[in-house]
Order: sequence, then structure tokens, then C-alpha cells
Amino acid sequence: MGKTLFDKIWDNHRVGQRADGRDLIYMDRHIVHDLHGPHAYEQLEKGGRGVRRPDLTFSALDHTVSTQPGRDDTTNPEGTAFLRAMREVSRKHGVKIFDLGDRDQGISHVIAPELGMVLPGATHAVPDSHACTVGGLGALAYGVGTTELTHILATQVLPLHRPKGMRVTLDGALKPHVTAKDVALRVLAEIGVEGGSGYVIEYAGPVIDAMPIEGRLTLCNLIIEMGSRTGLVAPDEKTFAWIKGRPWAPQGASWDQAMAQWRDLFTDADAVFDKEIRIDCTDLEPQITWGTDPSQVVGISDRVPDPGDAAAAQRSALTKALDYMGLAPGAQLAGTPVNRVFIGSCTNSRMPDLEAAAKIVKGRRVADGVVAMVVAGSSIVKRQAEAAGLDKVFRDAGFFWGESGCSMCAGSNGDKGQPGERCVSTTNRNFEHRQGRFVRTHLVSPETAAATAIAGRIADVRSMTEAGR
Amino acid sequence: MTPFISAHGAAVPLLEDDINTDQVAPVQEARSLKPDYRLLLFKRQARSAYGVENPDWVLNKPQFKDRAILVAGRNFGCGSSREAAVWSMQANGITCIIARSFAEIYRENCLQNGVLPVVLAPDQQRAFEQRVIAVNGAGPFTVDLRTQTISGPGGPDLSFDIPASDRTRLLEGLDDIGLTLKHDADIAAWEKRIAASQPWLQTAADSRGPTI
Ligand code: SF4
Repeated sequence: MGKTLFDKIWDNHRVGQRADGRDLIYMDRHIVHDLHGPHAYEQLEKGGRGVRRPDLTFSALDHTVSTQPGRDDTTNPEGTAFLRAMREVSRKHGVKIFDLGDRDQGISHVIAPELGMVLPGATHAVPDSHACTVGGLGALAYGVGTTELTHILATQVLPLHRPKGMRVTLDGALKPHVTAKDVALRVLAEIGVEGGSGYVIEYAGPVIDAMPIEGRLTLCNLIIEMGSRTGLVAPDEKTFAWIKGRPWAPQGASWDQAMAQWRDLFTDADAVFDKEIRIDCTDLEPQITWGTDPSQVVGISDRVPDPGDAAAAQRSALTKALDYMGLAPGAQLAGTPVNRVFIGSCTNSRMPDLEAAAKIVKGRRVADGVVAMVVAGSSIVKRQAEAAGLDKVFRDAGFFWGESGCSMCAGSNGDKGQPGERCVSTTNRNFEHRQGRFVRTHLVSPETAAATAIAGRIADVRSMTEAGR
Repeated sequence: MTPFISAHGAAVPLLEDDINTDQVAPVQEARSLKPDYRLLLFKRQARSAYGVENPDWVLNKPQFKDRAILVAGRNFGCGSSREAAVWSMQANGITCIIARSFAEIYRENCLQNGVLPVVLAPDQQRAFEQRVIAVNGAGPFTVDLRTQTISGPGGPDLSFDIPASDRTRLLEGLDDIGLTLKHDADIAAWEKRIAASQPWLQTAADSRGPTI
């Protein structure tokens, strides 16, 4: 029987098996961030241990960094201790840090691919559950807790049970203004927030073949929201071309040698998955979450559910979500006034995301009373966007243009909304209070977010494009 | 790691599905390298924005003061990987969670900290939930990992399953890093082999040279 792509990567990285049945999987690249890093290094030192491979370990400052221009350690006072602690442990253990002011600073899941640090067929660990993002390059990535993080620092391996395999095949082709984010939200609606638990997911099919790499990163970013710890997309020529020449990727002869092996990174035709799901994306329209978990999704022209029509067991959860969101049963989302719009996070803060949003924004103004922000996922993206004049498009329209970091994704850096505000956001979690106490979050694509900022109401981007002007 | 042998105390019913770690441990509300994990647990439900205790919140009710067990719904602990969502349980005396199911990272974080995650068979779980609601903190339950049983007021003893390796790890409080380091030679051998056959995995360097 053939092997899946996952099997190939797992078997290549399987160092051994412990007596308790867990496989020891080697982690090729390990990026530690400011929010959980300090605790892990403290645990490590308490155990009298050091970092086994400081050369394969990196520090990213992203969660608690301010997005204000001219920022330093103290701009977000709540982050100061975290940033300084990370700098201190990085120095002490000889670990490279992408510090504030560094040309490459940014959100770990954005910089790892863009610098060519994670590679097809490689393994990757980050103490943030969205590590699965880089599966878009054909890497196998694990989001880990603090103790697991300490484990990797000390041993460079992670003890894991082999998961089951699920393939999600996406058929058809996407219509204009329907993006990877919309696909990810639709898949979540189909599979649910627990449906992926115990599985590693491989995305495949014509929609994936046609999808740009940044879209694949967005799609894989939301895999954890289905309860799957990780997932991936088989690398193809597009992937290889995207990685080639990136600063941390292999160069010259080493590149050729890597390429020769990367060509085997696909699921064999006779490989068998424990579960297969097919979704036809042909008629997909832009999607938006209406509730308080990321599987509570409707099409932009649909109405939110009416608990009265739902099965008895679901009624109270639906009612609770609608109450929190301040929405009437069966309400139309499009046209609902909003207070805030956020474009950013490891889900949607790469160059194509900003370009798509800027296209909608260009020559228009953010509606009165709406606070709108764009935060690039990395300092590199920010500079590229500025070189392309996108910052000017956003600023002229009335958007805040920030320094790179996680920002309003989890509000860990102080960027958050006011109680009761409705926020349309390109992030990955619409949990209660995530973007500030009693903030009501709707997850959308960058284009939908941009259109909403201009309209001041939840908007269908398709009504705002060239033809509609 | 502290071993887990048994938990003895009130069982607290919290029977919602999909409770995420942002709810369990809203670290945004207590930004500090050393937050008070006791106060962090379900902080938004437990207290008002001004720190006033909410008497209606189940964990604040007097009958659950001597708690040891949380009884939860499906997909407990989904969302972020933050381990504070386990530490804050322990800081509140909860060392065993009995849920319809767990999110993967959260379950792993429990095992890493000597907190016992239990999943009962669906029928058994539903009956047990009803029992815990009926008992309403009136008497302590005991979850014993050695015998794999749950006992307490309002019904017969129940037995539960747990993978043997997880059981051993909890009972013996094994140092997980220590277990892995028994394979130190395997790790070194792997590194050597891969450095030769796939050198790009074993070296990481910035081809532009050091930061300008
Ligand atoms: S942007 Fe959000 S999800 Fe992504 S790494 Fe930052 S906090 Fe985590």
C-alpha cells in the first residue's frame, strides 16, 4: 500500500519509539514567541537543562509587540516584561532573535515561510496553535503547549501518537472575490470545530492546484479550528518556485539536492486515508462567521440561523451565540453596521491579502465612525507594501497602518475593541471577548473586510468592484 | 511532575460544549509573566470587570469550594495552546477533568502537568452528568487512577478507560523529558544520518549573512 504525504514526512522524521508507544518526531525548525517563551525557558533552566540545538531554534517577537509607529519595548507596557525576557533568554542560550527593529521581525507563521526557514517535507514547531499555517508549503507543523515547548528545547523531538489521516478534496473553481479564507470558513462549517480531532488533514483537488501559496497558508492556518493539530498541502512546482531564492532556503548545489528529494513529496495514488471528504466550491460565495465559534458560518447573502428551526439539542448554543453577537434570529448580516475593521494576523496579512484589500479601498474612504486598521504580518511585508504604495492607499482612506505583529488577533498587545463593538476581522477566532471584552467578531476575507470598512456595514465585496462603481 | 494517584472532592458541572482556552484562562485580562493563576480561571465569568465576585458562577458557589473534579462537555479546551488553561485549574484545586471529549492540545497539556483527563462511554457520561447535577456538591467524589474507578454519592461506582501509557505516566509522575532522553543516542544518530543525506534540514543559515 502506498504512503500519504504525511506518512512520508513522519517516517523520515521518526527518530525512535518510546516504551509508551509514542513516536519521537524530530523538529527541524523551532520558533518560540514572546508570550509563552519566557515560561518555557524558566522550566528548562529549573530542570537544569540547556537548548540542544540553538542553531535550529529561533525567537520571534509577535504576540505582545505594539503596532504603533516608532514602537519600542515600552510602547505596550504589558508586553515589556515579555519582550525583555525573550531577549535575555535568547542571548543566554545563543538563539537568534527577530527583535523589534530587525529587518525580518514579524509573526512567526508569516516569517517562517517568507524567509524560507520552513521547507517542504520539513517539520516545524511553535508554541501557538496556528503553527499548522506552514502546512501550506508541505511542511508538517505542530502547535505546542509550554511543557512540550520545553521538551523540544531540551531534546529537539516531540513524543507523539501517529494521527489518523483525512483528505479534504476541494472540487471546482473559485469565482472572483472568493478567496482561500472563504474556502477555509466553508470547510469549517462542513466539518465543525471538532470534526478534525485525531486526524492530520491533507488538502487536495483542483481548487488547491489553482490556489496561490499565500492562499494555501491561509487555508492551512484554520486547520486547528477543526480540532486537527495539523495538516498540509502537497508541494508542487508553484511551491518550489515560491521558495527558491528565499534567504534561509538551501542555495546552489544544496537546493538541487533538496529539489531531487522534494519531488517525492506527494500522496501515492494507492495510499488510503481513514476519512475522505469532498467539497464542491463552484458556487461558493464570500463567507462570514455570524457566531462565537469559527464553524458558525454563512454565505454573505444568507441569513443567520433561527434557533427555532434548529434541533432541540443545538437551540441553546445558537441562542447564546446570537445573544452575544447582538443579532436577531434569522437576521440578514449584510447591511449590519460595524464599529471596527481589522486586516491582519497570521491568517491574512501577506502581500496578496493587502493587495486585494487595497484594490477595494483605493480612491474611497472608510465610513464615518468606523475604526479601521491594517497590520502587516511581517516587517518584510510592510516594506513591500510601502514600496508598492499600498500604505498610502490605506492611509488616504483613513486606515491605521501599523508595525507588524499579532495585534487585534488576540489583543495580546493592547490593540482591542470597546465593549459591544462589532468588529469585522480577517483573523481566525471569533471567540467571545477575544478582541476585547464583549467585542463581537465576524471573520471574513481581506476583501470583505475592506468593503465593510468603506460601507460602514457588513458588505458583499462583489457589489463594490469595478462593475459596481 | 507531580504524580496523579487520585482526586477527591466536589465535582463541578460545567456542561457546555466547545469551551475554549480563551474562556478557561483569559490571559489578555491578566498580562503578566507571573499572573495569579487562581484568579485567572474563567476570570470573565468569575468576576466583573471591577473584580467583584459573581455569586452565580458555578465555581464561586459555596458547595463547590472543596472541588477536585470538573465535569465538562464536548471538545473541552479547544482554541489556543496556552498551558495557563491547565495551570489555572490546578491553582483552583481541580486535578481531574471528566469531559465528553477533549481538544488534542489541551489533553496533552493536562498529561504534562499531572491532571487526569477522563472520557467516559457516552451513555455512562450522560448518566454521570445527571448524577453530578443532582448531587450538586453535596458530597465528594473520588477518582482513583490505580483502580480506574469513580465513586461518590448518588450512584454506583463507575470504571473508566485510559491508555496504559498515559496511566503509567500520571501514576509515576514520570519526567517526560527524561523518558525521551533514554533515546538520546537515537536522536544523535538521526542527526548524523540526516546531516549527510538531507543537509538542508540539519543546518539553518541566512544566505544574506548576518543582519546588516
Ligand atoms: S496572529 Fe493570532 S493566531 Fe496568529 S500567531 Fe498571532 S495571536 Fe496566534
